[in-house]
Amino acid sequence: MDQILFNLGLLVDYPVVNLKIIIDGVMIGALFALAAYGLALVWGVMNVKNLAQGDFVIAGGYVSWALVRTGWLQSIGLSDNIAALIGVPVAFLVMAGIGWIAFRTIIVRVIERDVFTSLLATFGLAIMMAQILNLLFGSDTQSLKLEYDTLYFADGLIDVPIAKLVGVCMAAALALGVILFMKNSRMGQAIRATAQDARAAQVLGIDTDRVYAFTFSLNAAICGAAGAIIVMVWVIQPFYGMTYSIRAFVIVTAAGLGNLPGVIAAGLGIGAAEQYGSHIFGISYQQAIAVLLLLLVLFVRLMQQRRKRQVLQ
Amino acid sequence: MKLTSAIVGALAALGLAAGAATAEECGTITLGAAISLTGKYATNGIHAKNGYEFAIQKIREHGGVKIGDKCYNFKVIYYDDESKGDRGATLAERLIQQDGVQYMLGPYSSGLTKAIAPVTEKYHIPMVEAEGASRSLFNQGYRYLFAVLSTSEQYLASAITLAAEKAKEQGKDPSSVKVAVAVENDPFSLDIRAGVLEDAAKYGMQIVIDEKLPRDLSDMSAILTKVKLVKPDVLIVSGHSKGAATAVRQIGEQNVKVPMIAITHCEAADVTGNFGEYANDILCSTQWAETLKYEDPIFGTAANYEREFKAAFPEYADKKVPYQTAQASAAVYVFKDAFERAGTLDKEKVRDAIAATDLMTFYGRIKFSEAGNNIAKPMVLRQIQNGEYNVVAPSEFASHKLNWPRN
Repeated sequence: MDQILFNLGLLVDYPVVNLKIIIDGVMIGALFALAAYGLALVWGVMNVKNLAQGDFVIAGGYVSWALVRTGWLQSIGLSDNIAALIGVPVAFLVMAGIGWIAFRTIIVRVIERDVFTSLLATFGLAIMMAQILNLLFGSDTQSLKLEYDTLYFADGLIDVPIAKLVGVCMAAALALGVILFMKNSRMGQAIRATAQDARAAQVLGIDTDRVYAFTFSLNAAICGAAGAIIVMVWVIQPFYGMTYSIRAFVIVTAAGLGNLPGVIAAGLGIGAAEQYGSHIFGISYQQAIAVLLLLLVLFVRLMQQRRKRQVLQ
Repeated sequence: MKLTSAIVGALAALGLAAGAATAEECGTITLGAAISLTGKYATNGIHAKNGYEFAIQKIREHGGVKIGDKCYNFKVIYYDDESKGDRGATLAERLIQQDGVQYMLGPYSSGLTKAIAPVTEKYHIPMVEAEGASRSLFNQGYRYLFAVLSTSEQYLASAITLAAEKAKEQGKDPSSVKVAVAVENDPFSLDIRAGVLEDAAKYGMQIVIDEKLPRDLSDMSAILTKVKLVKPDVLIVSGHSKGAATAVRQIGEQNVKVPMIAITHCEAADVTGNFGEYANDILCSTQWAETLKYEDPIFGTAANYEREFKAAFPEYADKKVPYQTAQASAAVYVFKDAFERAGTLDKEKVRDAIAATDLMTFYGRIKFSEAGNNIAKPMVLRQIQNGEYNVVAPSEFASHKLNWPRN
């Protein structure tokens, strides 16, 4: 209790720290939002709750890390920084391929089944991916350090590493690209149509099988790119997937399916809430706060639904 | 697979060079080990296995284990425990019951050792382990468990002593030193914290931050912001390789200035390779360093061990030989020494001989307490100075002077 009061006191004594916490939270929240958006897509379109979401993120991180470590790009005269940045689109493409394979081998068999089958199948996929990453890259923590400076404000209390800034900008660009794609392209329209009513879409000549496959690859690709950004800003480890999966679930549950601005807002919000929580209650409660928020959201949703049902009666 | 064949190849080459004549006449003592070859501890599990294999090879070159007028060579039956405790315990049963193993080498990590120790204890099988440092292993009254490494509460406690020395040099009272502690919430790291708090209490130091890191830590900026505000004199971080990587990276990014920062798992996280100058002047604890002035007749000096090990295992050529490997070799050496002093293969007599060990090795002195932990070897603190790991404490083995304050 003393510790909590002390921590709250710090927030009051140094108001600028609030800003720092929010900035940090928004930065990590942007990446949560990306993974969550992919989840919302898959969930909304094919009703598959993908528990391997976080493992796609981590796998994407390893793709980029491996690319930089092999030194192919550096051997044609590119710097480490550029190689890491190129890692983001490369991870996007590679993970799209892996997503497609996962869809054809596993997901396609569980689309029409009940919730538990898809949960079990994707949970199995998650375990398998973590183990494969572990065998390929070892269990040590990995990260890429970009040769960028850090910007300091307010006597050095606020620090914004340029690498983080670059990462957040890339995340924003990716989100924007996906939004435009969903709005304007034929495939995007087909995906949205399938999400609304798969049967009707089929009747109108949409190859829903292709749409499913595409959606799942797109999701894996978005996650992969998010992972490639994470590896240059934070650290990755083969068994870190679950933390990103949990956050993605919390965000999607809070924002609801098909509510893209909601997903982004919830992503940023949960990032900030976690940072606040870890400042006030201690960093060990960071994830507890995410899960607590999930409970709260579920509770509120339940109340709302109850109200609706009463109206219907 | 590739790795295994490389190891076999390297060992075969070594064997040929050393002359196969002695191997023919000697008998075999079979040791058993369940060790993590897959799963989250695989990296260190393989380091330990290589350490065992290298020691066995060296002992063979030196004429094997001499019991009476007969000589023996060691052979190890390995099983992969997949980094899981229940699997480790099952495999220990299998080694003892089915394979008839009478002596065991330890697994990797305190958790796995904790899982296996009750089994070896039940069958009265002496186990010399090299990779389980948790002090909770040594308050269970185990009779057949021996560990060559320093227990975990000693890992960073020496940093507190060092900080007290520095305070005195500055003409300040050690009790004015403010300590910030951030450790992971697992038995090993909590031991480290306990050791630090104990020593800090001895000097009357004030603990200003005391936080537990989550298991899946990837961001500790919240703690570091607090550190910037309360300005401690010592910052202690321990959270395996992810803790080291996250701490060093963010200490650099956030430009955190603390006069003394001490962490664990610097090598596993390769903080110098990954984060360059961010890692400068950080203190890292280690069980062993190749620059230490320890020596024995089998492995020679610590530096010699490093050199010969790299020759036998070329995959280590461009990195430092990890201490996990060195202590694994030391565990095999303890068995050799104990067998020779016991003069018999009787496991009770061998157990007593192990308990009476007082052996100087390239890894440090080994002498077991009643509880089975090694009480003769101090923990070593190295400081990263311009990308090099230099020993700065304990002072009698130190090769370099401490850079203080860090900035």
